[in-house]
Amino acid sequence: MEDILPGRFPDYVLFAKADDLINWSRKNSLWWMLFALACCGIELMQAGAVRSDLDRFGAVFRATPRQSDLMIVAGTLTLKMARRVRLLYEQMAEPRWVIAMGSCANCGGLFNLSYSVVRGADKIVPVDIYVPGCPPRPEALTHAIIELQKKITGSKVLRKA
Amino acid sequence: MATPAEIAERVQAQFGTAVLETVLEGRLPHLVVEAGRLQEVCAFLRESPELKFDFLSAVAGVDLGEQLQAVYLLYSYAHHHAFTLKVNAPRDNPVVPTVSGIWPAADWHERETFDLMGIRFSGHPDLRRILLPEDWVGHPLRKDYKYPESYDGITLRRDEEDWPDPGAEALYK
Repeated sequence: MEDILPGRFPDYVLFAKADDLINWSRKNSLWWMLFALACCGIELMQAGAVRSDLDRFGAVFRATPRQSDLMIVAGTLTLKMARRVRLLYEQMAEPRWVIAMGSCANCGGLFNLSYSVVRGADKIVPVDIYVPGCPPRPEALTHAIIELQKKITGSKVLRKA
Repeated sequence: MATPAEIAERVQAQFGTAVLETVLEGRLPHLVVEAGRLQEVCAFLRESPELKFDFLSAVAGVDLGEQLQAVYLLYSYAHHHAFTLKVNAPRDNPVVPTVSGIWPAADWHERETFDLMGIRFSGHPDLRRILLPEDWVGHPLRKDYKYPESYDGITLRRDEEDWPDPGAEALYK
């Protein structure tokens, strides 16, 4: 290939696999939904603010699920809220990803024995990345975003794996 | 500013038999009053110029077994003193008159007490659940409350093998 291609096309023509191109664009425009349930939301805001600056990974917040690719379940998911969370998830266009942020979203956390708390966001929506911590620091959430980008890099777009 | 003893004395002088119990020791000096005369006592506490309890900090509920108890924490911004009223209601028919006409703040506090403890406040303008979903069964802070097995299709049972219940003793050791 290397002997055939050079000189045949103008400089602005690039060759790449469709999967790579699509994944590259997806992982660098992870728009997350402006949505938080409890105290983890404060760390989520901090992760989006200047010091951690999620924007530099192309991850910016959107105020509507219809423009979002990523839902970050930040905080305690109560039984009363569960149906709303599922509805928000279903309003998001595919492909969509979910990060469960903090112990509560992972398993119920501190409130595991409570009568009103869902024992993990994965009972309601499929979770891609679990971030431990109570609450996780902005660095941990940043790490989760990077891990999600890695996961997207490996996904097959045009055909089922 | 009036001491708890002075406040209790004034209420007793005014209402006599409506006061069932007086407790002045401890962190929460209080009177237990008759449910039927609660509104009168509260109006007196609010309007009397020497007492002037213009602020209802909280309404709480307590499960005493045979009886349920509503607790009213009062504060006076005019005189900077605090006091507490308690009212008992039988468990099989826990009805207490509302004080939301006297302190508007009682509206949501009483809804919360109803929601979690199941005390019904007669005369309340809008006695609905305030925290739990409207279709919730039971009142969770009662001591005989049974946790639901599932809600809205979400199971609440724990997988004992994955995560054995440590039990209250282990948790609070």
